[in-house]
Amino acid sequence: MDKKFLNSNKLPFCAGCGHHLIAQNTEKALEKLNIDPLDVILVSDIGCHGIIDKFANSHTVHGLHGRSVALAAGISLGLKNKNKKVIVFIGDGGATIGMQHILEASRLDIDLTILIHNNMLYGMTGGQASGLTPKGFVTTTTPDKSKTRNYDICQIALAAKASFVARVVVKPDFSNIIADAIKNDGFSLVEAIELCPSYAVKMNKGMKISEILKEIGEEEFVKKNENYRWEFYTNSTENLFDKVKILEKKYEHKLEKTFCIQLSGSAGEGVQTAGEAFCYASILSGLSVNHRGSYPVTVGVGFSTTEIIISPEQDCTYNVNSPDIIIITSLDGLNVNIEKLKSFKGILYLDNSLETPQTEAKIIRYDFRKFGAKNSAVFSLFYILKEKEIYPIDALIDGLELANLKDKVDLEKFKQDLNI
Amino acid sequence: MENGKKIFVNGSFLIVESIARAGADTFVGYPITPSNYLYLYSSKRLPLTFHAPDEITTLQWMSGLSAAGRLPITATSFPGFALMVESINMAFMMELPMVIILAQRLGPSTGTATCGASGDLLLVRGMISGGYPVPTFAISDFKDCWEIPEIAINTAVNLRTPVIILTSKEITMTNRSFEISSLKEIKKVERKFYSSDETYIPYKPEKNLVPEFLPLSSNKHQIRINASTHDQKGILQHSTKEALENSARLYKKIVSNIKDFTLYEYDEDGNENLLISFDVSSVVCKEAMKDLRNEKKKVSLLVAKTLVPVPDVYYEIISKYKKIFVVEENLNGQLCEMLFGNNIPDNVIKINSIGKMISIDKIKEEVRKNG
Repeated sequence: MDKKFLNSNKLPFCAGCGHHLIAQNTEKALEKLNIDPLDVILVSDIGCHGIIDKFANSHTVHGLHGRSVALAAGISLGLKNKNKKVIVFIGDGGATIGMQHILEASRLDIDLTILIHNNMLYGMTGGQASGLTPKGFVTTTTPDKSKTRNYDICQIALAAKASFVARVVVKPDFSNIIADAIKNDGFSLVEAIELCPSYAVKMNKGMKISEILKEIGEEEFVKKNENYRWEFYTNSTENLFDKVKILEKKYEHKLEKTFCIQLSGSAGEGVQTAGEAFCYASILSGLSVNHRGSYPVTVGVGFSTTEIIISPEQDCTYNVNSPDIIIITSLDGLNVNIEKLKSFKGILYLDNSLETPQTEAKIIRYDFRKFGAKNSAVFSLFYILKEKEIYPIDALIDGLELANLKDKVDLEKFKQDLNI
Repeated sequence: MENGKKIFVNGSFLIVESIARAGADTFVGYPITPSNYLYLYSSKRLPLTFHAPDEITTLQWMSGLSAAGRLPITATSFPGFALMVESINMAFMMELPMVIILAQRLGPSTGTATCGASGDLLLVRGMISGGYPVPTFAISDFKDCWEIPEIAINTAVNLRTPVIILTSKEITMTNRSFEISSLKEIKKVERKFYSSDETYIPYKPEKNLVPEFLPLSSNKHQIRINASTHDQKGILQHSTKEALENSARLYKKIVSNIKDFTLYEYDEDGNENLLISFDVSSVVCKEAMKDLRNEKKKVSLLVAKTLVPVPDVYYEIISKYKKIFVVEENLNGQLCEMLFGNNIPDNVIKINSIGKMISIDKIKEEVRKNG
């Protein structure tokens, strides 16, 4: 090992600050493990401890407040050289704002070590209370003592299944604990408790860490759990085109210009899939297609609209001013179109069960729901195709197959009813 | 694939296949409509996929992965993007290549998840503290779904920067028949890492003001990466000359290289009326232009695909026309504001809509009335 972890004995912290000891014990731990500084990636958070990176001979990454654990997790997940050790320096403030990242790294047992510099307040910004400030502690924002209890970050990490967790009161030598944390082939958290000389010591005269811990029912400990192994999610294909249906022209169409069908019904009644089948049929008949769905945020409830634009041109338009026909198969479908229908001048195909809306459209009625709700959307498209004769019915039957619908609809009943 | 053979896919499908071919190797995702198909296809196609617990984590993981030498992408929509903004600032400052696909939907706030919009342009333009530009492209049609990802990836790598691709629900969730024989070849981006024996200085400007990149796994050189104001070595500084010059370089790096990533479509006919648009409204403009030309109207079209920073060539084109119509699917005209400020010239007419795509007729009416 050519170099030490730290490049100076004079670290940039206040006299008496425990941050010195955490950095020095990290150096000792790395020396004990014979780890070269360039095999260490030190990720620092925002806070006094974060100034350390200038004094490190390792790789250093200085990120955002509270996000260092997530940033380090990304580095750890991305490293191809697994001999590198990722170490995070973070404070109690960073641990509070970035707690989700600690939970996630624990849950996934991501290989990194975090050293929480827990001085129980925000030192850099003026001594305010953090989520790790214990009850009874005086800070600049709790001058009459903190009235709220602190998180037990160690128990939180353990509950999130961290594989190594330790709480230690900062002392001249606790390098063995840090060494064990770094050695752990997974997520390690060391909570190092200290008192900030600039704020905590002055405002909590004579208070000892041991007394605080006793008061809040916490103690120093080291806990090693079994490591958790999981495989990365990798791709199932080298080419998405291999996974889609290739469509070749099989039928002739009689369409002379772009035509737009809007079909509105209820969610769960197969409106989108029926539209998809019709699109496949259109492509098999040599048409170009644009297919847009519209539905509320809750996928399984309310209206469902499918808009199919078909065109004899090479490249179908993305949008039309107004559909040529609107098919409505249910009350949900009607309600969502009430405004639009008022000025709609095309042909409206309306299910028999529905009241006549205010519209300028010509209305054609049929019992689209006669074979049940699930068949209503598909059946309505068979009805339209029979009437408009855009291309052969067989194309739509092929379309059903491509949309995996063929066995789910009552095709024979459709044929019988429509005299196909 | 032979001519005549078609597929029926949505825009997300093409974006993912293209960006994978261009070299994106990792997707980090958190689901949000209308970007979910991008997540779905990426999880099948990209070599690695990580499922993040939120969008802040997404951008942080991506930054870590990028620093480690991967080329990560994600896809989101405004609510998720809003959470990412601080971390995108970080990645921009750290100079980490990555691509963020922003599938726009109707706002404000959670708005309507399943309704398209082009309402996030000014957010993207102004998201970096200090007003720095993050290279931003907009997809206008399916051809762009295929071609823009490659340019976005190249820009991210060559300029060491996060890059944004704007798209919308109308592209990511709309299916179209598509003849794939016409798709151009996508080349995998070439990544060059620092290879000299001399001391590596992580933020020393090299060619085109871009520092050379070296992943964190190096055994030879110390690497420092920093989100705070820093000098060329990557060491935090308050406001030294070198550090401030480094920050200013981040602006110059993007602006001075814009020629390498300027993308637009310009269909010229006369010098009377110019339609300007971006995102999916562009395809509606094309339909309207076709009809208007059939009526013997002189109409030209500029489809802006590079949006941030604004390329000078847009102003050269605009200066030729008597009437300018800026067509965009938002309430007040964000592209218009970006191009002309708040006091728009008298010859500029805004055509806007929210909650639905702008109709072909609306554009035609405005041009007939004002053109």
